[in-house]
Amino acid sequence: MAMSQIDSAAVKTAQPLVDSAVSVRNVSKKYGDVQALKDLSLEFPKGELTSLLGPSGCGKTTLLKIIAGLLPHDSGQIEVGGKTVTGPGPDRAFVFQDFALLPWANVLRNAAFGLELRGVAKSEREAIAEKYIREVGLAGFENKFPHQLSGGMRQRVGLARALSVNAQVLLLDEPFSAVDEQTRRKFQEDMLALVANEKKTFIFVTHSIEEAVYVSDQIAILLPRPSRVSEIIRPTSFRGKGVENIRRDSEYLDIVDEIWASLRSYVE
Amino acid sequence: MNNRPLLLKLLSAALVFGAWEIAGRIPISYAFPTFIESMTALLSMMGDGSIFLAYAETLKPLVLGLVISAFFGIGIGLWIGLSARFEWLFGPIFIVMQTAPLAALIPILVMVYGIGLTSKVFVVCVMAMPVIVLNTSGAVRNTPQSIKDMAKSFLASDRDVLVKIIIPAASPIIFSGLRLGVSAGFIGAILAELKITPTGVGDIISYSRSVADYPSMYAAIFSIILLAVIFLNLLEKLENYMFEGNNRGYVSD
Repeated sequence: MAMSQIDSAAVKTAQPLVDSAVSVRNVSKKYGDVQALKDLSLEFPKGELTSLLGPSGCGKTTLLKIIAGLLPHDSGQIEVGGKTVTGPGPDRAFVFQDFALLPWANVLRNAAFGLELRGVAKSEREAIAEKYIREVGLAGFENKFPHQLSGGMRQRVGLARALSVNAQVLLLDEPFSAVDEQTRRKFQEDMLALVANEKKTFIFVTHSIEEAVYVSDQIAILLPRPSRVSEIIRPTSFRGKGVENIRRDSEYLDIVDEIWASLRSYVE
Repeated sequence: MNNRPLLLKLLSAALVFGAWEIAGRIPISYAFPTFIESMTALLSMMGDGSIFLAYAETLKPLVLGLVISAFFGIGIGLWIGLSARFEWLFGPIFIVMQTAPLAALIPILVMVYGIGLTSKVFVVCVMAMPVIVLNTSGAVRNTPQSIKDMAKSFLASDRDVLVKIIIPAASPIIFSGLRLGVSAGFIGAILAELKITPTGVGDIISYSRSVADYPSMYAAIFSIILLAVIFLNLLEKLENYMFEGNNRGYVSD
């Protein structure tokens, strides 16, 4: 057991490109005088869900937007699938905290909007969007407008839109923070199924410790001033035990406590 | 369900017309006819066709001016909203246009453009365009950042962002600017006919006043207000048809 861990660690440092979908190397970003990110490096393994967790102001959303290509970085390098990021690309899809749906478009057009921008023909993109609308549990709502949906349903549309473009990397910026607690729990369970079924790499920004531990294969703890990765945690034992059992698993509870212990001094 | 707003509208109209009738009967002024007298005058003008001939004359500068104002107003407004430098250059012109005392400037317009159609179109444009430009540019600047980011993250070109995000998002305020612009344009058209050369509806108004035929004068004024209201309602219908989900505000707010 110990042997194999050392082996995989050795492989990882020697050839980070092989199993990393996204590599962030020595990235720095300044907003005016404020150092948002300083010399930050992080690897995101392929096919896994990595959470960026930290107190507010730790730069987690900034990092996500830099990976998305929505914000320029000052120095360092981002690679997605071996290619250097210079702007938004077809290999990444973004899920927004405030859903960012078009209020004048119905669910079907919203979910197909990424494909529409890529120039996919109407019938084809609607067929794909319909499939993902069904997958996120919104079948029958295709012709409703966003204002007719609840917050949770709106985010499902956002998720269907991101899945429809078939990007290898999904970037989720606090996707469940604007939905109620019960919907949020359901989302977290669905997230686990999605990671297992979709064979995509997920990067998930959250400020909820429980949520991060519940859904993640890997949790990167970011600390502020200057922003840096302080710790990477990989839960091992509870992932295969079924969604109902995770929250009372002792490792789950230990990790939650451990993270809180290291973060509490940074919370004002 | 749908009958109630209609009923309220009819009730509101009945209240206003009733008050008008009573005020005419008191009378509050000898120059103020009753509602029924005015409507009779309107019907007789419709009967001999004079009002339709008048509108054929009035609608020329009005429609031409409104089309020009809507087209260039929205175009310039979009440009001002997208470019800070362009705003710096052209924004003040429209603010000056909006606040200028137009009636006092009409003699200058007449000196430059004569007494024909050009001057009248110009008056309609000066009335209608500033509010369309200023509303459009303001709306463009206030497009929610998150849906622009969304479009960019899904690989939208600059043109996509303009056509599929900024214009639809700005459309409620662009349309409210259009409605204000259209109302102002109606005022401008009548103002031009009263101040430049008496033609069309403006002629009916000034002629009826000069021969103390007040019912005809008020009938003409009433008809122009009615036409404006009908036009504004059509504009609202067009807006709801074009951007169906927009009439419930933004989801992300």
